[in-house]
Amino acid sequence: MPIDILMPALSPTMTEGKLAKWLKQPGDEVKSGDVIAEIETDKATMEVEAVDEGKLSEILVPEGTEGVAVNTVIARLAGDGAAAAPAPAPAPVAAAPAPVAAPKAHVPATPQEPVEKDWGPTKPMTVREALREGMSLEMRADKDVFLMGEEVAQYQGAYKISQGMLDEFGPKRVIDTPITEHGFTGLAVGAAMNGLKPIVEFMTFNFAMQAIDHIINSAAKTLYMSGGQMGAQIVFRGPNGAAARVGAQHSQCYASWYAHCPGLKVVAPWSAADAKGLMRAAIRDPNPVIFLENEILYGHTFECPTSDDFILPIGKAKIERAGTDVTIIAFSIMVDTALKAAEALAEQGISAEVINLRTIRPLDIETIAASVKKTSRVVSVEEGWPFAGIGSEIIATVVENCFDWLDAPPVRVAGVDVPMPYAANLEKLALPQPNWVVEAVKKLF
Amino acid sequence: MAASPERSRKPRKNAESMDRDELLAAYGNMLLIRRFEEKAGQLYGMGLIAGFCHLYIGQEAVVVGMQHCIGEGDEVITSYRDHGHMLACGMDPKGVMAELTGRIGGYSKGKGGSMHMFSKEKGFFGGHGIVGAQVSLGTGLGFSNWYRENDRVSLTYFGEGAANQGQVYESFNLANLLKLPVVFVIENNHYAMGTSVERASASRDLSLNGVPWGMPSLSVDGMDVLAVKEAGAEAVAHCRAGKGPFLLEMKTYRYRGHSMSDPAKYRTREEVQRMRAEHDCLDAAKAKLLTLGITEAELKKLDDDVKVRVQEAADFSQTSPEPNPSELYTDVLVEG
Repeated sequence: MPIDILMPALSPTMTEGKLAKWLKQPGDEVKSGDVIAEIETDKATMEVEAVDEGKLSEILVPEGTEGVAVNTVIARLAGDGAAAAPAPAPAPVAAAPAPVAAPKAHVPATPQEPVEKDWGPTKPMTVREALREGMSLEMRADKDVFLMGEEVAQYQGAYKISQGMLDEFGPKRVIDTPITEHGFTGLAVGAAMNGLKPIVEFMTFNFAMQAIDHIINSAAKTLYMSGGQMGAQIVFRGPNGAAARVGAQHSQCYASWYAHCPGLKVVAPWSAADAKGLMRAAIRDPNPVIFLENEILYGHTFECPTSDDFILPIGKAKIERAGTDVTIIAFSIMVDTALKAAEALAEQGISAEVINLRTIRPLDIETIAASVKKTSRVVSVEEGWPFAGIGSEIIATVVENCFDWLDAPPVRVAGVDVPMPYAANLEKLALPQPNWVVEAVKKLF
Repeated sequence: MAASPERSRKPRKNAESMDRDELLAAYGNMLLIRRFEEKAGQLYGMGLIAGFCHLYIGQEAVVVGMQHCIGEGDEVITSYRDHGHMLACGMDPKGVMAELTGRIGGYSKGKGGSMHMFSKEKGFFGGHGIVGAQVSLGTGLGFSNWYRENDRVSLTYFGEGAANQGQVYESFNLANLLKLPVVFVIENNHYAMGTSVERASASRDLSLNGVPWGMPSLSVDGMDVLAVKEAGAEAVAHCRAGKGPFLLEMKTYRYRGHSMSDPAKYRTREEVQRMRAEHDCLDAAKAKLLTLGITEAELKKLDDDVKVRVQEAADFSQTSPEPNPSELYTDVLVEG
């Protein structure tokens, strides 16, 4: 009986990959543990070892094929290896669940979407590429800008954000650090106080807790404490919030932690255009900027302006979908959740307006208030915990600014108030789903 | 690279690291710090200075000796016990004192206070209140010199208490890994607030704390400005030559409490008296100057001039107005 070899998931967020190379050909004998192929994931090139034994009878996905979905049958073994274990399932980490969302191109233009400034031609681009392009454009323009962090240079980035940048900019401007967040963050802030413009990559924002003293006490407060003499033009960036199945210490949203502090700006891009436009703005901003990315979004593709001048302002939200009955306010990956909810609500006759905050501090109160005054109902959506979260701030702001326009009490949708569980079913229960938003909205009518 | 730190040097009363004129200038600078700090103590007692106020009295030789090793464009950064460092950098005593009283004429417009002053012009980068934070920041100052490929050096000061902080060793590692021009100066005044170095550090010779990272070091009599200058010059030359960081342990002593509210139960009055009587940096420098032909009258004149400058600073710090309430909202972010 032939045995199927499936495309394995080789990282917590991998949904597809490139079949880079076959190391076995039809007719070859395959033993358990043999490297049969090389697969390029969103993070690295990985070798795939055979689990089952037998003669390779057929290759179904030729090498060089990109975008091969996890669990696709990529080859077959002839079933003459009777001793082989009864095909327990796909190769190495195939037990990983189907990740949260398939990376498909978002079509930003819903018919009634209000027009932003027209930046001319666009092309499909992943958030990962957009971040890289944003950084590279600024580094080409300003020699004081440099990137430092763990694995940013020789390894090409733990999440491949900085892939190729070492080659272009050299080891003095793309700097690998030891695993020493407190120390290298302090170093970067000191360099910024002396006029350089560092980009500090945290492998994830979870590790930035080691460095938060320098982010707040050294970077955010120095301008004030020096009476305006000395500040820090610096970007702290990296993936924030939950990835997929990485447990409590690696799945936390820090938006409200940093948004609490004067002296910082906090941005959280969703689309590739957000990522590129806001990255350029963050690097040019003379203040410390917290740049909260999302690991799951890295591989998502969006249309992104190609213009070399393309930049987005910090502090301006974007209406991603116009509507009249309720305002749904979200940031980062929760914009996906909000848009899915809006789609479902439309089918039920409720017209939802979806605001992508883009910047969390300073909050774009104008855009929020204008929308709520139009719809008279508001729901905030965030992945982080509810208590003292961004939703709390949004709702306080709405109540202060639009109380008389509200037809129903504002509602928060947030991550469940527990450390992130590992189990697939529990994790799903802990993170806001589109139907949570739909239910929240329906309560307002 | 094997480190070969030189073991504790004996006080070098006869060291010739400064000529007569330089020593006289150093004496004047140390005296300015001493008198300034005494005046700050007085103003604190009068309620004109509030909050935390950490006086540098006793340790003057360290910062003055080191300052004589560097020049324009080099950077200095330290902890909250920073008044001496600022005066040594050439910052105006009026601006420093007015910051202590929280007035608009202060270096930070009254918004920083004793622990938080800066001067880009004089190469002084603060003034940091979180113990040990300035060590990573100072490493970053050295990094900026490395990045720009100039020959500037960062003097990064911290106490023996901060020397137990993890980020100090992260910084040592980073500095020697990248060969950054940073002179790390441990000002070992023996007491981290009320905890003696013996009760806080398992390391019995702090100058050896850079050894695992291959950092050369010297242990220095920090009460002797000539010994400080000699060791400092060696450390700075090492950094300027692109050989990476250097560690100096300055054995020094503070005569006053940790801050103004220190009951000083952790040491005896006799210990303090003995240090003052036998190891005072001003006494030693003065004795040396007299042997070099400076007269008592010249020294008296210097003392009088310093007193005038300090009194002017004290007067300014009381006549400069408080910041306008609108200053509350400025300097949070760079606008535009």
